[in-house]
Amino acid sequence: MKLKGKVWKYGADIDTDKIIPARYLNTSDPKELAKHCMEDEDPTFASKVEAGDIIVADKNFGCGSSREHAPIAIKASGVSCVIAKSFARIFYRNSFNMGLSILESEEVFDATDNGDIVEIDMDKGEILNVTKNKLFTARPIPPFMQELIKAGGLMESIKKRGVL
Amino acid sequence: MRPMTITEKIFAKHAGVKEVTPGDLVNAKVDIALGNDITAPIAIHEFKRIGAKKVFNKNKVVLVPDHFTPNKDIKSAEQCKVLREFAIEQKLTHYYDGGEVGVEHALLPEKGVVVPGDLVIGADSHTCTYGALGAFSTGVGSTDLAAAMVTGELWFKVPESIKFVFKGKLNKWVSGKDLILHVIGDIGVDGALYKAMEFTGKPIENLSMDSRLAMCNMAIEAGAKSGIIAPDAITEAYVAKRAERAYKFYASDPDAQYSEVREYDCSKIEPKVAFPHLPENTKNVSDVKKLKIDQVVIGSCTNGRLEDLQIAAKILKGRKAAKYVRLIVIPATPFIYNEAMKLGYFDIFLKAGAVISPPTCGPCLGGHMGILAAGERAVATTNRNFVGRMGDVKSEVYLTNPAVAAASAILGRIAHPDEVMKK
Repeated sequence: MKLKGKVWKYGADIDTDKIIPARYLNTSDPKELAKHCMEDEDPTFASKVEAGDIIVADKNFGCGSSREHAPIAIKASGVSCVIAKSFARIFYRNSFNMGLSILESEEVFDATDNGDIVEIDMDKGEILNVTKNKLFTARPIPPFMQELIKAGGLMESIKKRGVL
Repeated sequence: MRPMTITEKIFAKHAGVKEVTPGDLVNAKVDIALGNDITAPIAIHEFKRIGAKKVFNKNKVVLVPDHFTPNKDIKSAEQCKVLREFAIEQKLTHYYDGGEVGVEHALLPEKGVVVPGDLVIGADSHTCTYGALGAFSTGVGSTDLAAAMVTGELWFKVPESIKFVFKGKLNKWVSGKDLILHVIGDIGVDGALYKAMEFTGKPIENLSMDSRLAMCNMAIEAGAKSGIIAPDAITEAYVAKRAERAYKFYASDPDAQYSEVREYDCSKIEPKVAFPHLPENTKNVSDVKKLKIDQVVIGSCTNGRLEDLQIAAKILKGRKAAKYVRLIVIPATPFIYNEAMKLGYFDIFLKAGAVISPPTCGPCLGGHMGILAAGERAVATTNRNFVGRMGDVKSEVYLTNPAVAAASAILGRIAHPDEVMKK
């Protein structure tokens, strides 16, 4: 799978209240959530983000609440992938479970500016900053998580196991 | 056999293997799978979407609509309705509504629904609270909850553990909340990412159950997967009269392996305050000068328990909240509410000018019952002070223990309890 888009760059410890404030959690409708995605960090994001765009962030992205509304809002806003130095644990799990592509890289954040164009080869784990013509390799996705993705997410994998 | 930590032992037991090593991927049986009015609707949707008909065990799937209840608006009411209808359909034993609902992480230990030795998952990040009982418990998302509701199991990567060894005597006014704020201030909001935090040492052994619950509650604020305290006589006294099921005490082997061991001298730990906008921005309350406040919230899954209300009442007795400071007290469960009332705390709070809210998460996550306007500042006994957490993005939340919160309400600024109690 190849992804390509414009970079929205954010700092460290972007918490789930910034990604989707609790005042909007009285619904789980992805379209509604997307309207307020990143609102408390960047009020321009939701109206300007375009399909395929990529979020690049510093360490501990998605810290705080367990709300799956956070990756849901990001995905529904059209973002194709989040690249961060590290992810908070629950956000990391949630993203794989509900199908938001995420990659970990120590280098991409420092070498990327807001608005750069980035191309990602998810199969190879390669991240190309097209604007700066620099190539990076993301931290490999653990084999178990790759299997979850192949199965189509956690719920599909349960279905395939014939538990029902 | 390999020496193991308490966390590893609980994993081995629930995965049905003799031993586990950090990094192992295991499928483990869950004793309790918990959801609330924000996270459960998505889980229930996923449950139905894949065609599941019945939860794996009606006694082990727990639904607690506590975040936006009493229903704050029509949309919230719709979400709670999803939980209620599912609870009725699945004949869930542990569904709490109306006058029976409390803040989930105060309610479940109090009711004996979670017990020592359990493996608990909850679609709420503060599920790590139950480590105070000697259980492994961790927050997950809605899809994980859905999976556990169907199968009664979930996959886990066995975490490495960090051992926190406390020594010395606790200073006056210092509670479990201050110890955990001190640790988070030391290691940072991702200082224990993916790891289990094991709290040990004499001061921990002497800590009340309410204080232990407050400590483990905030393990997530250091990025941890869980927090845990080995169960002992204090745990036994707490659970013996409550436990719904048989329970088991686990303890770490003396030669168990830790990724890190950190020591703290409690004699050097003072009452703490975490400044906006991260729980790691901690300072000693005594170092804070004249920071005026607009609101004080005493409540939440961190500090809405009886001990918390007791210490607030002790300080507020015969005193009044400063003019223009809104003091909001939120007993975390109906039982705590009733006890506080019987003990006369409500008289003290009301005379102090407080609003007493029904049990709810309410303002902690900016839901309702005390939202802040732009430029307003609150002292709260809650767990997060992120941007916009309690209201407007330009409002501020300062995290403290209940004694500091009560003293701050009286003086209208962030204050040390000694400033009030010496008078």
